[in-house]
Amino acid sequence: MSVAKRIIPCLDVNDGRVVKGVNFVELKDAGNPVEIAKKYDEEGADELTFLDITASSDNRGLLFDIVEKVAKQIFIPLTVGGGVRTCEDIRNLLNSGADKVGINTSAILNPELVAESTSRFGSQAIVVAIDAKKVGDHWEVFTHGGRNATGINAVSWAQKMAKLGAGELLITSMDRDGTKKGFDNVLMKLISDVVEVPIIASGGVGILQHLVDGVKYGEADAVLAASIFHYGEFTIQEAKQYMAKNNIEVRL
Amino acid sequence: MIAIIDYGIGNLRSVHNAVRFISPQTKSIVTSDPDAVAKADKVIFPGQGAMPDCISQLEKRGLKESVIEAAKQKPFLGICLGLQMLFETSEEGDASGFGLLPGTVKRFQLNKNERIKIPHMGWNKVHLSNPHPMWNKIDSESRFYFVHSFYAEVKNQSLVMATSSHGEKFTCAIAKDNIFAVQFHPEKSSELGLQLLKNFISWNI
Repeated sequence: MSVAKRIIPCLDVNDGRVVKGVNFVELKDAGNPVEIAKKYDEEGADELTFLDITASSDNRGLLFDIVEKVAKQIFIPLTVGGGVRTCEDIRNLLNSGADKVGINTSAILNPELVAESTSRFGSQAIVVAIDAKKVGDHWEVFTHGGRNATGINAVSWAQKMAKLGAGELLITSMDRDGTKKGFDNVLMKLISDVVEVPIIASGGVGILQHLVDGVKYGEADAVLAASIFHYGEFTIQEAKQYMAKNNIEVRL
Repeated sequence: MIAIIDYGIGNLRSVHNAVRFISPQTKSIVTSDPDAVAKADKVIFPGQGAMPDCISQLEKRGLKESVIEAAKQKPFLGICLGLQMLFETSEEGDASGFGLLPGTVKRFQLNKNERIKIPHMGWNKVHLSNPHPMWNKIDSESRFYFVHSFYAEVKNQSLVMATSSHGEKFTCAIAKDNIFAVQFHPEKSSELGLQLLKNFISWNI
């Protein structure tokens, strides 16, 4: 008996709509966020993640509206990320009904934000998202949807973020994202081995076996996927049944 | 009227949203007003974050006494840190809780036998150890959503209503007279969490 491995559908939000792209480009519309969230909850999703990829700051307000509506009807943990820059942004998202807020680029520009926000809102409220790409024999942190290299080693960055108080790490392989080739489990395991906090594997899920592999080989505590669920290739329930059949403890 | 204690930390919206969702006709408020707490029929004390911050925020708002008074008389539901606060002391910043129940609050330890992550985050099985009206329509071994690094080590085993396991067995629900408290988050535990909150609304002591 132990804590179940979590399945987390991720909803990319652009101007108030859920979208899914390949390698962070070519966005396709995937539907109304509240309806999708409700469907996932009914299917047994363990958490939901909303990632705001809205480019224009004018349309950022649409996200609060979505979070607020979802939080009134769906009673599982909600993580919201994308464009979070300040403690004020975090507070506003938590007040809208988010349980956890994801920080990505801002953690790189200002690592103090992680320390400050975790001491103010608690570690449980802060998820640091790390977008990593393989460069030679190691992994580097990238920003701006994988376009900008930072030169920072992804594994030592993960350790630093956990040390500053992040309650959880969301690791996305930019090499795998949108490819349907499975998680980069070598990267996942490297990070999972050196941090005390849970890690969420992301980027590359195409078949249900990939979710199993993320837990078995990547040693992830949670697995995140978007397109396989949005486009109805698999339901969350099917994913859970498959994981259970492969001896992974899940909430059925 | 149900008062949900607001001491300035954490996401209280979700507890309030959940209460309104399951029982729109039940009057409920999120408050940091000691008088409102004194007047309420029932009190929910949700918690997040650290015990030392919680105590200082309660004191700053003049809420500490009214919350303790409520916990002595009214149907009182503690959630997460709201469970831990009922005990005497915590390893977390060497803080003192309300001291209403004997026991201490400890941090999970990494151990060799089982690889665990801290915080304990996610859906874990809850083993019901004693019957209670708050368990109405909830089966033993159901999963609830947890997120915490500390847990209460309870001296008096008769107070233990449920246990869970994360590297070691720990108490995840306690009850005494008008008090019921859970380490997990019913407001984030989907159907069964909502059932527990319904049970609180209909709980008569």
